[in-house]
Amino acid sequence: MNKANRPLSPHLQVYKPQITSVLSITHRATGIALVVGTLVLVWWLVAAAAGPGPFATVQGVLRSWIGQLLLLGWSFALFFHLCCGIRHLFWDAGYGFDIPTVTKSGWTAIAGAVALTAVSWIWAYASLGGAS
Amino acid sequence: MTLRSPLGRVRGLGAAKDGTAHWWAQRITAAALVPLTIWFVASIAAMAGAGHAAVLAWVANPVVAILLILLVIATFHHAQLGMQTVIEDYVHHEGTKVVVLVLVKLAAFALGVAAVFAVVRIAVKG
Repeated sequence: MNKANRPLSPHLQVYKPQITSVLSITHRATGIALVVGTLVLVWWLVAAAAGPGPFATVQGVLRSWIGQLLLLGWSFALFFHLCCGIRHLFWDAGYGFDIPTVTKSGWTAIAGAVALTAVSWIWAYASLGGAS
Repeated sequence: MTLRSPLGRVRGLGAAKDGTAHWWAQRITAAALVPLTIWFVASIAAMAGAGHAAVLAWVANPVVAILLILLVIATFHHAQLGMQTVIEDYVHHEGTKVVVLVLVKLAAFALGVAAVFAVVRIAVKG
């Protein structure tokens, strides 16, 4: 099959980014990021089972500034993927396909992800203050 | 009128060579993960700063242990289904695609089993 001269779609370099396409690829990118994040979840659980020494190592890494930055990224990726995922489930059920609704649900998913991330971190730092 | 052959109709599968099993499993695990991940993040946030003993006591609670195992199973099932879609979209060499798919699926199994074992070990010992 000769594909050499066929037009290719989409032309990413000439299309203006739109909320539909940007959220679509970000949903996929956050999914891949979360796969990497599952390694930390497994490490944390296995270290907790292994004993206080290995657990202290994980906690030390996660409490360092780079660990906190990664956790911030993963928590946002998680809530973004969750909110966009709910949007996908509505589409799967046959709702929300018209363009105004798609735009609205997209911005709602972004706002939801930001809000849930912020609430989680405020909650976590409030608990930290109470614990120490 | 249908353009499908009788054999194609019986199989119920199109050019994707696959049915709706993948699609359904992705959706069902997604629906399960909505409450499970919210519960997990809320629990972790509430336990920020907790020491090893407090984390062990939390995991050893039967309800928590069961929810954690459900979370791990749903997460890794959903993750490997998603990775399968990504790999099928971007890896075009047939041999490489099969090898990467097998590695991802085996890794998901291994990591899931390791996490479930860790939870069970804590729950049984505690």
